[in-house]
Amino acid sequence: MNKKLLCLALAWACMASALAADKIKVGFISTLSGPGGVLGVAIRDGFNLALEHTGGKLGGLPAEVIIEDDQQKPDVAKQLADKLVKRDKVDFGTGIVFQNLLQAAEPAFLGSETFYISPNTGPSDLAGANCNPYFFAVSWVSDGYSEATGKNMQDKGYKNVFVIAPNYPGGKDVVNGFKRYYKGAYAGEVYTKLGQLDYAVEISQIRAAKPDAVFFFLPGGMGVNFLKQWHQAAMGREFPLFGTGWSFDQDTLAAVGEPTLGALNAAHWNLDLDNAANKKFVADFEKKYGRLPNEYASQGYDAAMLIDAAVRDVKGKIEDKTALRRALEAANFKSVRGAFKFNRNHFPVQNYYLRQVVKDDKGRFVNKTVATIFTNHPDAYVAACKM
Amino acid sequence: MTWLLFLEQCLNGLQFGLMLFLLAAGLTLIFGIMDLINLAHGSLYMVGAYLVASISQATGSFTLAIVLGVAATAAIGMALEVAVLRGLYRRDHLSQVLATFALIIIINETTRVIWGVQPLPLNVPGALSGSVRLFPGIDYPAFRLVIIAVGLAVALSLYFLVARTRLGMLVRAGASNREMAMVMGTDIRWLFTAVFGVGAGLCALAGAMLGPLLAVQVGMGENILILAFVTVVIGGIGSIRGAFVGALLIGIVDTFGRAFIPTGLRAVLSPSVADVAGPSLASISIYLLMVGVLFWKPQGLFPARG
Repeated sequence: MNKKLLCLALAWACMASALAADKIKVGFISTLSGPGGVLGVAIRDGFNLALEHTGGKLGGLPAEVIIEDDQQKPDVAKQLADKLVKRDKVDFGTGIVFQNLLQAAEPAFLGSETFYISPNTGPSDLAGANCNPYFFAVSWVSDGYSEATGKNMQDKGYKNVFVIAPNYPGGKDVVNGFKRYYKGAYAGEVYTKLGQLDYAVEISQIRAAKPDAVFFFLPGGMGVNFLKQWHQAAMGREFPLFGTGWSFDQDTLAAVGEPTLGALNAAHWNLDLDNAANKKFVADFEKKYGRLPNEYASQGYDAAMLIDAAVRDVKGKIEDKTALRRALEAANFKSVRGAFKFNRNHFPVQNYYLRQVVKDDKGRFVNKTVATIFTNHPDAYVAACKM
Repeated sequence: MTWLLFLEQCLNGLQFGLMLFLLAAGLTLIFGIMDLINLAHGSLYMVGAYLVASISQATGSFTLAIVLGVAATAAIGMALEVAVLRGLYRRDHLSQVLATFALIIIINETTRVIWGVQPLPLNVPGALSGSVRLFPGIDYPAFRLVIIAVGLAVALSLYFLVARTRLGMLVRAGASNREMAMVMGTDIRWLFTAVFGVGAGLCALAGAMLGPLLAVQVGMGENILILAFVTVVIGGIGSIRGAFVGALLIGIVDTFGRAFIPTGLRAVLSPSVADVAGPSLASISIYLLMVGVLFWKPQGLFPARG
């Protein structure tokens, strides 16, 4: 009986809107287990909160989100992307945290002309020469945070900076972004092994080099190790420490605590950004999950809201891919970061803020926005994009 | 390069070596004496760090957390030995690798279910968070000095335990000829359980000492396990003395590699070449050391079984 009813309803729905879809299928691949799982879980939680705010719908149509765990393995991410595109026939892909996983999964989405909305990684090649009509990054370009940090340190008049980053292409990219805006001298430039545990050697080197300030980019557990050891060596008293927002997301602050206090970092979003969408996001996130949201959660939230707005703008007719692309490009939604617009390479033109880690009135470690470094800042690669 | 910096880097190397020794000591005991390749050793280290972090958070006492955490991890280790690993002693190494690798995944995901995906806070207790002035110009973090002291104390007591006590004698007897020791009336099964408990306890101690320096998070064990295995292989499988010397060698070579190779190369090569080669060479220095040791001493520096 129920099945019959459902069939009737479906048939009716199909007749009623010959072109419009009856639901929106989203394939959400993310790293939900293992050491990197903390990031994927934040993105997923942000995405789910957005769906709760839209009443489980995307653009007015029921949303079906298929959530998969890539285990931070490129081969798994590729298989999942193939499965989502070929078997589940999803309308949108999203969720991937890490650049190497996106590289593995992206051909499945983009090759089949399935829109992919990146809620995190924003590889510079996809912003430049390899920009793609089906790829949108709702987050940032990979060196956006370090450009902002470099600009801030340049503006503050630092003349002799020590730089430390891991020795892999991503680390070099981030440092190149920093160098684009910081023009002073370098007291030292150290590239450490990926996954290094102990930074005593580098900390001794920094102390001996006597820089004006230190810029570090050490993602994930490496950054936690470095911050703890930096704090224990009491380096913070002598040398101001600057980093990218990735090393100072809310989950890291809660986990590391004291050693992060006072550190300066750049990011495109913060808890305290004063706009209605952000206030609602932060309050409801805390209510639902019992912790404060971080950048990654805000990006997951924005990814869902972007899809929601685009589907609504095309009135559910997602089969018209040109119209859908126009709607995504228009980005007709209220981002939690405030003003939001896409550049022609489908990467955001946005503000970057300087934040400092402080203790709030409840004794929690949080980022406080202290300045705006860039206003409506485009990425450095858009010129190479032929779109 | 000043002498002070050189001295400081020597201390860093010593400290990193002793950090590794804490982990490698348990590994070499289990690997050498019980002939069991235990990949889950790193997982016990993680469990230990998590327990110490939670207990110190709940009670506010770092010392109490170490005592309880070490005891609890030793108990978990012994339960694991009785329930799972005992059946693997007579199997070949491949079965052991497969089974203990499965344990890594199970323990990682269980930890994630219990404690969540975010790293746990574990910071240095207030009294040890400062620095100590060793010489004018060298202020060394107090907690790193504690690691050096604990590492040396563990080395001494293990040496005493294995070489000078009845338990140590039984352990050595069981390791060199299992059947003969059983004929002489030794309860090998109980003995191996005890050794495994000691190994697990040492893991927890390592977790407690390294937790305030490193991120306490799921997967922390695998990062350090490879280094611990390199230590054991360089030192000679089953030899505490070997693990100690191997760990110190690795600590010094790795530290000096990172501290001096990049700057040294810059003096002889063009900057662009040196900048690429320096960090890469520094990161493989310990593996070059391992290749060298295995080339001249395939059994490691101090082979346990002659």
